[in-house]
Amino acid sequence: MTEVTESLEKSRAATFSWYDFATRHRASLAAVVILIFPLVMPFTALAVNILIYGLYALGFNLVFGYLGLLSFGHAALLGTGAYLCGIAIVHFGWPWYAAIAAGVLGGLVMALLIGVLAIRTRGIYFAMVTMALSQCVYYLFYQAVDWTGGENGLRGINVRTIDLFGLRLDFINPMIRYYVIAAFVIAAFFAMSRILASPFGAVIEAVRENEMRARASGYDVTLTRLLTFVLSGGFCGLAGALQALHLSIVPIEILHYETSGLVVMIALLGGMGTFFGPMIGAAVFLVLENVVSVWTVHWQLIVGAIFIACVLFFPAGIWGTLIARGRR
Amino acid sequence: MAGLSFDLIALQLFAGLALGAIYVLFAIGLSLIFGMLTVVNFAHGAFYMVGAYVGLYLISLGGNFWLCLVAVPLLIGLFGLAVERVLIRPLYGRGIDYPLLLTFGLSYVMVECVRIAFGKTGYPFDTPEILQGAVNIGVGYFPLYRLFVIGATAAVLLALWLFLEKTSFGLIIRAGARDPQIVRVLGVDVSRVWLIVFGIGTAIAGFAGLLAAPLQGVIPEMGGTILAEAFVVTVVGGMGSIGGAVLAGLLVGVVVGMTSLFAPEMAKVSIFALMAVVLIVRPQGFFGRAGLLS
Repeated sequence: MTEVTESLEKSRAATFSWYDFATRHRASLAAVVILIFPLVMPFTALAVNILIYGLYALGFNLVFGYLGLLSFGHAALLGTGAYLCGIAIVHFGWPWYAAIAAGVLGGLVMALLIGVLAIRTRGIYFAMVTMALSQCVYYLFYQAVDWTGGENGLRGINVRTIDLFGLRLDFINPMIRYYVIAAFVIAAFFAMSRILASPFGAVIEAVRENEMRARASGYDVTLTRLLTFVLSGGFCGLAGALQALHLSIVPIEILHYETSGLVVMIALLGGMGTFFGPMIGAAVFLVLENVVSVWTVHWQLIVGAIFIACVLFFPAGIWGTLIARGRR
Repeated sequence: MAGLSFDLIALQLFAGLALGAIYVLFAIGLSLIFGMLTVVNFAHGAFYMVGAYVGLYLISLGGNFWLCLVAVPLLIGLFGLAVERVLIRPLYGRGIDYPLLLTFGLSYVMVECVRIAFGKTGYPFDTPEILQGAVNIGVGYFPLYRLFVIGATAAVLLALWLFLEKTSFGLIIRAGARDPQIVRVLGVDVSRVWLIVFGIGTAIAGFAGLLAAPLQGVIPEMGGTILAEAFVVTVVGGMGSIGGAVLAGLLVGVVVGMTSLFAPEMAKVSIFALMAVVLIVRPQGFFGRAGLLS
């Protein structure tokens, strides 16, 4: 068995393989695609949304695809990032970069709080506990009206210019806004690629594949899960902070459990446990939503039906199916 | 504290029990389906919501509430049978996440279909005339309808208990929950048992939706809220345990009732705090078996 795979590896190494090349330079490849993307998209606003939701799904996929835990509470991580970024600007008047840092920190801390409780449960419980806890976060932010604006959402996050080492960028300009946000998303892609390629990344996948064997090999399974969940919270917090800057308002719906469900759909549609899957899922999902909502207000019906069909017939998702074809 | 008499607390306790009764009905369906099929039914809230809307529709056609109490569970149960047969059955053996994801997608479709048929805004749901008013229960006047909800829940629980413990089909269900493979070897068609259990669970969800309708009205989103709260109930009680669902459902109802008396702004958050405490002290819940789901 191992000999066969070894000889396969050798033959692959001998002849140049596009697949291996793409895998090795996956983050750079993602960067190139992201940089070209707005030039082919008709609406820059949609492109920015795809970037942000792609980042959100990238963080979610670390837990769902690579660690193998289904979380239904990621809205709490995204929402906390968005709210903390917004609160830092509106209530404290922090500069934009400090606000983004606050958002990332918020995502990390919220993931730690939820993770410590949810990791105590096993298997399918995880989905239920994360969903219940994120619902709790929803009520807490909903009731803290003085800080979050409650039902009306947090308004007045006005960032007009981005100051960068003496360089002043006009954040109102859609193209410049896209590339500012893209810079963060590309950095996140490099960070994610680095995490997955590290020994820790291998442990994450080992825990997914065989928890008992990972434990027997001396790895602390609980700690690995918690750390992965917290890292995922950092990516989602960043996505939330960028969302707050982009929309200049944080609606309370960002914490709603449909936002948690949305990212599950995006990740599954794109291909869970694949590097490019979340971004592709976000692009397909949001374009689909845009197209369908022009045609009918009941886009949830279509989206739900497509999702059911995906679960039944395409569990590997778009990118997962393409990879499986390409490897053959 | 001087303004809070013993009677007021006792009344609020009863109000909490009535709310808890709805949680119990919702959670036993969820728990029954999980215990047998290992399917976490994310569409359970949608079945609950559709139950309320079917009741609304039947009454608008001229039916009465008592007819609905029989017809709604039957119709929702039949719908549940169809869902299991067509959508969930192909997913057995493909990992525990897939039925969950599928039912989540299904809940989107069901909610949107109801929005198309009945509109996005909610409707009030009249309490049947004979159950309007209040009765003296010793500590004060208590709404008759809430008393009826508690009674109806007790009746459903008794019927379910008799069915599971005293009939031969109930015996097969209990055996199937313990070890489906052995039951299959003994010549029982397990997939038929699973089909029926899913039907019963969804029928109870529809019944719970109908009972809850006069208390809070009907809106398409009513299922999503109770789903998160029912997860708290199942985590506190122990997943797959019907006794746990009953005890935890009543407890959650009472906790909500009591906090809305003493600290109304904390009522929604209190049950999640309860769940957090249970997770720290006893992660498998009151009656859950440790390691059952690993």
